[in-house]
This record gives sequence, structure tokens and C-alpha cells, in this order.
Amino acid sequence: MSPRTALLFAASLTCAGAGAGDIPRAERRSGYDLMSRETRAIQDDDATNPGMLWVLDGEALWNRKSGAADRACAACHGDARTSMKGVAARYPAFDAALGRPVNLEQRINVCRTERQKAPPLAFESRELLALTAYVARQSRGLPIDIAIDARSKPFLDAGSEAFHHRQGQLNLACSQCHDDNWGKRLAGSVIPQAHPTGYPLYRLEWQELGSLGRRMRNCLIGIRAEPYAYGAPEFVDLELYLMWRANGMKMETPAVRP
Amino acid sequence: MARAVVTVPARAKRGEIVEVKTLAQHPMETGFRRTQTGELIPRDIIRRFTCTYNGTEVYRVELHPAMSANPLIAFSTIATETGTLAFQWAGDNGYSVTETASISVE
Repeated sequence: MSPRTALLFAASLTCAGAGAGDIPRAERRSGYDLMSRETRAIQDDDATNPGMLWVLDGEALWNRKSGAADRACAACHGDARTSMKGVAARYPAFDAALGRPVNLEQRINVCRTERQKAPPLAFESRELLALTAYVARQSRGLPIDIAIDARSKPFLDAGSEAFHHRQGQLNLACSQCHDDNWGKRLAGSVIPQAHPTGYPLYRLEWQELGSLGRRMRNCLIGIRAEPYAYGAPEFVDLELYLMWRANGMKMETPAVRP
Repeated sequence: MARAVVTVPARAKRGEIVEVKTLAQHPMETGFRRTQTGELIPRDIIRRFTCTYNGTEVYRVELHPAMSANPLIAFSTIATETGTLAFQWAGDNGYSVTETASISVE
């Protein structure tokens, strides 16, 4: 690293978290507020929200026995409507055994391999999305509540650095779109503030439910950067930063986006 | 997994216009798309949706390619008598799902 890049690197770290470009708390908007009235109507009504199909599948999986232990999620956790309330609003959370934050999908897979003695579910598989959607649905309406302590601080800083760091052939940082130019248009689409309030969510463009990892991979491909693999530590750090940045905003899972 | 969700008001007044909403889980593959190696992905869509109210057909849809995945079909009907609304979706590759909902008319 040359002295010049080192200086830039240090400068980007100091502005991370409380930089001039950050969105003031009062001006934070969920992507929901930037959608058309019609798309909002699809999300608002459980009878029309296609994400509910995955939530219902997740409920069935929650109660189904699985793995060598022949136990269902419900055998330990009971009724998800009470036991999982507010859980998704606290993820990614620090895992002491792994020594780093894990997101909700990874937590479900840890439970599967360690408690159910079952093979982990593949990222973006129908089953994992359904279980994640069902768990996250129990936090709908609750404020995102990411607590940062000394153990998780380095990972938050890494995520913040990734958000403010220019990358890819287009040499763009996440913050240049989502902090500095939100509300303007990128081609025909409104640039949102990138608050992950409703994941996993149903994108009309995808015609199915998808995770925040899928959305971030889309963004990286968009700026012509090499996308990380699903569940990569870099993505979990960024997810932690994005959730922390949205602290206090209400969960919408399963959200609908255009 | 083939799931369908229907929403019908539980009770209505006689002669009232009630809204019925249905959501069927289906990929609605058009048959026009190709894989990365150029092979055509075969068509897999819902072809027909019908709703009967106490045995009488009140609504029917023929679906074609280029309709969205997980199609939402909403329509209205007149609440004439207490009974059952039966819904049926049928499509390619033997896809067939049925669902019922009851309505109480005062």
C-alpha cells in the first residue's frame, strides 16, 4: 500500500459511521416509502403478498422433524410466534463459538448441523429462504436492534469500510449511491437508502423471494466488482453494518420490492 | 411445494358484492427462456383457474405465458347463499391444486 492510498484508507475509516455523507436519522426512509402505491398495496395485505407463500412453507418446515436427531425446530424453540419474536431484528449477531457475527441464515444452519444433526441447507434454497422468512416474519413491526460491543466492533468497522470503499470496474462505493444520491434515479429505478428492513423479500424482478446476500451480489455485479460467495465473511460484515445503520427502523419481512 | 392461499370474507349480507383474492405458488415458466448453454427451458405454467360457488361456476381464467410467477387472481362475486367456494388451478406437468373456503350469508 503506497503512502497515498494508506492516507485515503485512513481517511475513509475516520469518516465511516459518522461521515459527512451519512443520512441524518430523521431522513431515513425504508425502500417501502419509495415504491409505487400499487407495490405497497401488494406488501400490505397478507392475502396478496407472495412472500407469505414462503412464510407458510417455513411454518411447515419449523414443525417438521429433520436430521439424525429427529427433532423439529419447534421441539426446542416451541411456538415461533413467541420464541422468535424480535430475533431477526437482532441479526447478524456475534457467535462466541465461531468468534464472529453470523446472519440469520447461518444461525439456522448452525442449529441444523449441531442440534438436528442434519446437513446444512444451501444458501438461496427454497427451504432456507422459507425458514428464514418464517423466523423474520415474527419480528414484523419491531424496530431493528443491533447492539455493538467490543467483540463485534471490528466487524462493524470492516462492514462500514466496505460500504464506503470504492470498488469494481466502475470504481463506485455503496455510499455514493445509497448515502449521497438516494431518491434520484438510476435508469428508471429510484435509488433507495439500502436499509435491509424486509429481508428475505419478494422482488417482482426476481419473481421470487431472495436474501440480502442475493441483493448485495446484484449490487456488486452492477458496479462490475467480483461478488463474494453467499455467506462470505465480507458480506456478513456488510450486512451487520447495514442493519446497524438501520437501527430503530421497523422490520417488514416479507417485504415486496420492485 | 404447491401451495395456494385464498381469502374470502367469512360472512356477508345477502346480495352483497364480496371480493375474493387468490394466490397460487407457481414459477410460471414461459417456455421462451433459454439456459446459459442455449437449451430451451420447457414451458411450465398454470393453464386454467376456476371458482365454483356451491357447484355453480362463477369465475374462470385461462392463463398464458408471460403472466407473473405466483399469480394473484382477485375478483368479486355476489353473496347469494351460505356455502362453499371451491377453487381449482390446473396446468402443465400435471399441476393441480384445489382449495375451498366457506362463506356465511345472512
